[in-house]
Amino acid sequence: MRTILAALAFLPALALAAESGYRLDRSPHNPNDLVSLQAGARTFVNYCLNCHGAQFMRYNGLQEIGLTEAQIRDNLMFAADKVGETMRVSLPSRDAKEWFGVVPPDLSVIARSRSADWLYTYLRTFYRDSNTTHGWNNAVFPNAAMPHALWTLQGERAFEIIPHTDNTGHVSVENKWTQIAPGAQSTVQYDATVRDLVNFLVYVGEPAAQSRKHIGAVVLFVLSILFVLAYALKKAYWKDVH
Amino acid sequence: MAGRLMALWDWFDSRMPSVAEEWRKHAAEYYAPKNFNFWYYFGSLAMFVLVIQIVTGIFLTMHYKPDASLAFGSVEYIMRDVWGGWIIRYIHSTGASAFFIVIYLHMFRGLLYGSYKRPRELVWIFGVLIYLTLMGEAFFGYLLPWGQMSYWGAQVIVNLFGTIPLIGPDLALWIRGDYVVGDATLNRFFALHVIAFPLVLLGLVAAHILALHDVGSNNPDGVEIKKHKDPKTGHPLDGIPFHPYYTVKDIVGAIVFLAIFCAILFFTPEMGGYFLEYNNFIPADPLKTPAHIAPVWYFTPYYTILRAVPPLFNSQFPGVLAMGIAVMVLFFLPWLDRSPVKSIRYRGTLYKSALGVFVVAFLVLGYLGTEPTTVWGQFEFDAFFLDTKEVATWVGRLGTVIYFLFFFLMPWYTARDKTKPEPDRVTM
Repeated sequence: MRTILAALAFLPALALAAESGYRLDRSPHNPNDLVSLQAGARTFVNYCLNCHGAQFMRYNGLQEIGLTEAQIRDNLMFAADKVGETMRVSLPSRDAKEWFGVVPPDLSVIARSRSADWLYTYLRTFYRDSNTTHGWNNAVFPNAAMPHALWTLQGERAFEIIPHTDNTGHVSVENKWTQIAPGAQSTVQYDATVRDLVNFLVYVGEPAAQSRKHIGAVVLFVLSILFVLAYALKKAYWKDVH
Repeated sequence: MAGRLMALWDWFDSRMPSVAEEWRKHAAEYYAPKNFNFWYYFGSLAMFVLVIQIVTGIFLTMHYKPDASLAFGSVEYIMRDVWGGWIIRYIHSTGASAFFIVIYLHMFRGLLYGSYKRPRELVWIFGVLIYLTLMGEAFFGYLLPWGQMSYWGAQVIVNLFGTIPLIGPDLALWIRGDYVVGDATLNRFFALHVIAFPLVLLGLVAAHILALHDVGSNNPDGVEIKKHKDPKTGHPLDGIPFHPYYTVKDIVGAIVFLAIFCAILFFTPEMGGYFLEYNNFIPADPLKTPAHIAPVWYFTPYYTILRAVPPLFNSQFPGVLAMGIAVMVLFFLPWLDRSPVKSIRYRGTLYKSALGVFVVAFLVLGYLGTEPTTVWGQFEFDAFFLDTKEVATWVGRLGTVIYFLFFFLMPWYTARDKTKPEPDRVTM
């Protein structure tokens, strides 16, 4: 008990060390783009689902992004038997803990805790680093336990922070990226892949988000009519109050 | 058909006339001042939000699981697999913040028009009790989604009780039911959130309204409408029956409120991380403390007061005490205010400026509570005499001092204030 409490006291310092000041790019994802969402789903099950689950998302829920049950079963279900199952990971968490040091987090609501911009930047800023156990590092999330899962697409890159001092003594930093080995995709293609993946993760974070806005518009319209009626009623009753 | 219904009503009324009697007493023949303005919507709105919270809460409990290993998932289950679940959940989460917005505006109305002053001291005291109960209700409820902020927020607040000398550690243990916030804590917070505190809340609201209807409502002029009654009917000349006049007016207010409420609910339910904190979408992890723990916005003024007070003999208790006093001082407001007039309209410069400065301080305290103490950087020079250079901490201290001075100096400045003469009757 005491050791746990003692350990707790030191953890905040560790948590602080995990954040970097790397500027986040704005994620260009479009939640209304079904083609992009479907492409993101494909990338997700092929590259993420081996280690990360989305345990609150059901496969048949993907019908909302324009897929049929047959399409889902044939193209996306590598880790489940029934289409009503949730997107669980087949990797046992004990193995994961041993291999990566941490259990890869579930990605169901990762876009809601991390934000789309963070994910979009994070997935595009892996670089080669011989000092880490798996040979990868990340500019947004330094010393991340996760290796570059999409490296075959992006290729290998190097990252340097170069400080500049201008003649007024003002210090600025330049983030210098160099491609060491090419991947299967060009930079533009890879950015699009990540955009689609982030789009999908945003969708998985809150599948109801789009219908929420549609319902909201109707609700506000109805309320505005109610307001006119209620205001007229109030006016009528209050005519004689002076 | 109408005749049948009337007959049914007569049958009922002859057996239980108290229903019609209470209706007359509290609505049809409750005479309220005719000059209520914008600030008088928030009482009925608070009741409206209370009903919203109870109804949505009932539906949430049908699917929520108060179990440390299932709670987080059951909320996501509600958000995805329960039909209409996401609406219910967002209504409840938005409702929690809306409740505090409405209550804060309702309390501010009391400050504006001196509604706590004689003869309405009891109305005010019941109101402060409602506010305290609501804080407890919100605190217990916030643990239930079992996210990181739920967990660590509860950890921090329970630990506050642990700083009380002598009994503190045992008290904190008793509240948690475990050495750390855990399954036992979640279960009891659930019980308190869905049964105990709502019952207390309903009882207090009833007492608040009964006490109000006994003495009658205050109004923006702060003059007693009961002083001038129609000699024939005995009704106040400046009063109008609550029903239908204020029922139809409050319906308009409720619709405007609902429009704002729904705009948030449907278009930005997280409200930029203030209504639903981003970190709370990470499941609770007892081994990983978030870098920055901030309570939900409605507690942040008090959180800043807590952080502003420096520790004494290595104990945070002085801060906890200050935070406690900051809330408890509200009970004494009716006796701290020595002004001969109630309403801000007839008060002098002293009270007006004190209230203005207080409001600014309260908002700044609230903002600082949502941010890390490093938010405004550090002083360039060697800062004053104490333990920190953080600008935000010093501003927090300044705000804390202003907060307390507003109350503690009130007997002095309200007695010396140059007030204007009150009118005899209300003005429209």
